[in-house]
Amino acid sequence: MLEIKNLHATIGDKEILKGINLNVKAGEVHAIMGPNGSGKSTLATVIAGKEEYEVTKGTITLNNEDLEDLAPEERAHKGIFLSFQYPIEIPGVSVTNFIKTAINETRKASGQEDLPAKDMLKKIREKAELLEIDRKFLSRSLNEGFSGGETKRNEIFQMAMLEPKLAILDETDSGLDIDALKVVANGVNKLKSKDNAVILITHYQRLLDYIVPDFVHVLHNGKIVKSGGKELAHELEAKGYDWLK
Amino acid sequence: MNLKEKLITSFLAFENKVSTDTETTVHDTRSKAFSHFEKNGFPTRKDEEWKYTPLKSVLKHDYTLFPTTNTAIEFATVKEYFIHEIDSYKIVFIDGVYSSYLSETTHDGCDICLMSSSLKKPKYKMVIDHYFDKITSKNDSVTSLNTAFSNEGAYIHIPKNTVLPKPIQIIHFSTGSEAQLMLQPRSLVIVGENSHVQIVERHQSLTNNVVFTNSVTEIFAAKRAIVDYYKIQNDKKTASLIDSTYVQQKQQSIVSVNTFSFGGNFTRNNLEFHQEGEHIDSILNGITIIGDKQLVDNHTLVNHNYPNCESHELYKGIYADKSTGVFNGKVIVKQAAQKTNAYQQNNNIIIDDGATINTKPQLEIFADDVKCSHGCTIGQLDEDALFYLRSRGIPKKEAEALLLYAFANDALEKIKIPELKTRITKLIANKLGVELGFEL
Ligand SMILES: Nc1ncnc2c1ncn2[C@@H]1O[C@H](COP(=O)(O)OP(=O)(O)OP(=O)(O)O)[C@@H](O)[C@H]1O
Ligand SMILES: [Mg+2]
Repeated sequence: MLEIKNLHATIGDKEILKGINLNVKAGEVHAIMGPNGSGKSTLATVIAGKEEYEVTKGTITLNNEDLEDLAPEERAHKGIFLSFQYPIEIPGVSVTNFIKTAINETRKASGQEDLPAKDMLKKIREKAELLEIDRKFLSRSLNEGFSGGETKRNEIFQMAMLEPKLAILDETDSGLDIDALKVVANGVNKLKSKDNAVILITHYQRLLDYIVPDFVHVLHNGKIVKSGGKELAHELEAKGYDWLK
Repeated sequence: MNLKEKLITSFLAFENKVSTDTETTVHDTRSKAFSHFEKNGFPTRKDEEWKYTPLKSVLKHDYTLFPTTNTAIEFATVKEYFIHEIDSYKIVFIDGVYSSYLSETTHDGCDICLMSSSLKKPKYKMVIDHYFDKITSKNDSVTSLNTAFSNEGAYIHIPKNTVLPKPIQIIHFSTGSEAQLMLQPRSLVIVGENSHVQIVERHQSLTNNVVFTNSVTEIFAAKRAIVDYYKIQNDKKTASLIDSTYVQQKQQSIVSVNTFSFGGNFTRNNLEFHQEGEHIDSILNGITIIGDKQLVDNHTLVNHNYPNCESHELYKGIYADKSTGVFNGKVIVKQAAQKTNAYQQNNNIIIDDGATINTKPQLEIFADDVKCSHGCTIGQLDEDALFYLRSRGIPKKEAEALLLYAFANDALEKIKIPELKTRITKLIANKLGVELGFEL
């Protein structure tokens, strides 16, 4: 599904990704771990198409299509979803209105009509229930004054609504209490199928107890320095990153 | 003959026509104001307060000062300019002349009626002598000009302990019956102790003929009065407006003036608050969204004369194309005004390189125990926010519009009439090209 080959990316004159290779197939869950500042969020953001980063070498393809010339919204329309480490506040636009806009714009891009209001409501109710999100919460301004946990849960709610092919979750577990973590993990698991894939960026083994990865990669200084199965996460939890540097 | 000369030569005839025996003080006021205008004329860019706001292109037209034709308008054709979803009092003018047909005035328990009759009738003389032209700036020749020609406008007098059950709408239509028309409405709003009133005001031309309005309003808020004033400025691109509003507040009163400037060719707002008592709150909000070659200038002054008062000022501007924004916010805290809290914010977003904004906060603080803050920002849209929206599938243009809408939003939150809030929200969404596929 997603193929990254020798990816180099810079911002300003600073090279942050220094030759990344990654292959994610449909139905798989990959975890990316690594110390602060190693380039995890940068990788996620580059996949999602942020224009401030320049890809100087290498390629990213989704289902064999080169993403290079695609704008962030076009990548979203092709099924890429990024759950942000730090979501942005949008005052005056409710969670519901925002997700409606996102869904209908995505449908428009593939020549579909707006989702009928009735179906939209039904879907919102379903997904909100899955993630145990309160009705009142949905009419609040997007991310405005949300607690850390609420922003993350809301990101996963949006993912559930948009039903992406490739979901990249950047530290979605940070800031969640144990119960919320279970709810969110359960939501992600329910949405997983053999046709979609998930990349989890995390610092903690804990999340991987709930969403079990097929592969774990360690990113260090802009490169993947080690890959393995889920047991690698346990090893990292015990030993830290020093032995890999 | 230029506009100034034309105005000067028509003054005597005007005064003879409107003047009556009862209004000797008004006559004196007009004459004095006329002399001031005659001496000073219109401001030029050499005047510090008009440095970025050239009047020249507005003054160059050959305006009709007193239209002779009486044009009737059907309500259906202008319905959209009313907040018609709600019950309200209405004071409506067509080409400067009162339209009883479109209006809904009252003398039942309060006076919501016409300036012209209040200036003339003996029973209003005491009130007029007490309030009329008492708080206007005597250094502003444009206001003097309005005073000299003052005759028609809204007259609102709410006695004490009256909570007005519905808002008042003041609408000035121009029909285009004259190719170029100058209007000078003059309004007086007096709100008694403990009384509440909400006013929505609008100047609206119905054709693309040139209109220049020089409007002056005086607002007096007695003890514990609450006044909410909303100005909808969404006129045609051939309309120019100088709108001067003077507010005097007594202790514990709360007055807010909310200015929404989206339309028009040239708009200058002068807004002055004078606090005359303790525990007063003065609230000034503005949203400006313009493009093309439009100009909007917000000049504000808050005079803190007494201790323990507050002022809250928030102006937001979005400027596209070759538009020009000016913000000048003066806050004066007199020595006696200890424990003043004065907040001022002016945030601007420039969309196109051709747009300009000149912003100047002026704080003059003579008391030592005060909390004053001011901030002005001029920026572009936040790239991270834009990326966030786009990564959810919202195309760039829509994402930008949504962010601009979000930017303006906090100044919208203060609108207390829900139907008006919806109306303004829609105006903003239209102006920004936000798809209202969602109900806001
Ligand atoms: N816009 C930017 N300008 C300059 N440097 C940047 C920019 N964005 C990221 N960086 C740098 O790139 C490096 C990688 O950052 P990134 O956010 O990808 O790390 P991370 O692995 O996600 O870290 P964390 O675990 O703390 O979230 C850091 O050194 C960071 O300072
Ligand atoms: Mg990160």
